[in-house]
Amino acid sequence: MATTQILFWFLSALAVAGAIGVISCKNPLYGVLWLIIVFFAISGHYVLMNAQFLAIVNIIVYAGAIMVLFTFVVMFIDLNEHPEIPKNIYIKISGLIASLCLMIVLVAALSHSPANKIEMRFGTDVGLIKYLGRTLFNDYVVPFEISSVLFLSAMIGAVIIGKKEKELKA
Amino acid sequence: MQIEWYIILSIALFCIGVAGALTRRNAIIVFMCIELMLNSVNLLLVAFSKMHLGDAVPIAMSAINAQIFVFFIMIVAAAEVSVGLAIIVMMYRNTKSIDINFLNRLKN
Repeated sequence: MATTQILFWFLSALAVAGAIGVISCKNPLYGVLWLIIVFFAISGHYVLMNAQFLAIVNIIVYAGAIMVLFTFVVMFIDLNEHPEIPKNIYIKISGLIASLCLMIVLVAALSHSPANKIEMRFGTDVGLIKYLGRTLFNDYVVPFEISSVLFLSAMIGAVIIGKKEKELKA
Repeated sequence: MQIEWYIILSIALFCIGVAGALTRRNAIIVFMCIELMLNSVNLLLVAFSKMHLGDAVPIAMSAINAQIFVFFIMIVAAAEVSVGLAIIVMMYRNTKSIDINFLNRLKN
């Protein structure tokens, strides 16, 4: 149990540090790299909780596909030409205060819950591909097929939005 | 490991995402903060799927449903990212900037 707790604290510190790196970086490219660290830490949490399928999907989809898209867009857009104008400091401080208030409210609500001391059971093997696949293709076939339509519409939409204006008018 | 540590970790990640979305003006960084919030919710769902529920609820079924939900959230996030990044590229092409404050000209 001690190993599990050490891994939990290590991965949590990694995730929070990466998240703070995302919101405090100057260059968006470094933000992308910090976000990849956060995603790997969250995948580590999934492995720790014995949800291997979601860990692999998280690495492939998020750290692989989505972050490559972000990297391409960041490199596509020349940010040195137009650096970020420094924002009003009061707006920044008020944003930080607002998010801190949200965090305080959520933690206070959690501390009054009677169920927050429940022990987790990492050993259950519901996260394996065998059981997840059986449920996905028995009970959730229709949403799974609808998601393919969603991907098709997202692909067409991205192509149409990404087209040049002149081609659209023609 | 008790469930409350995972809830607190998810709250921390979510609130960092909110802070980034409120304080940054770069559209790409705001978008990445939204991804961060989605991921914290995914982590919370997976943590709940491993909760000890007692004997009242059949554990395997409810836990599998939670993980299928996470899978669908990832699917929707992937579709959303492709369209959102296309919108950011279009915005850069039109305004030569990705500062979200330039978007308020839509209201005139």
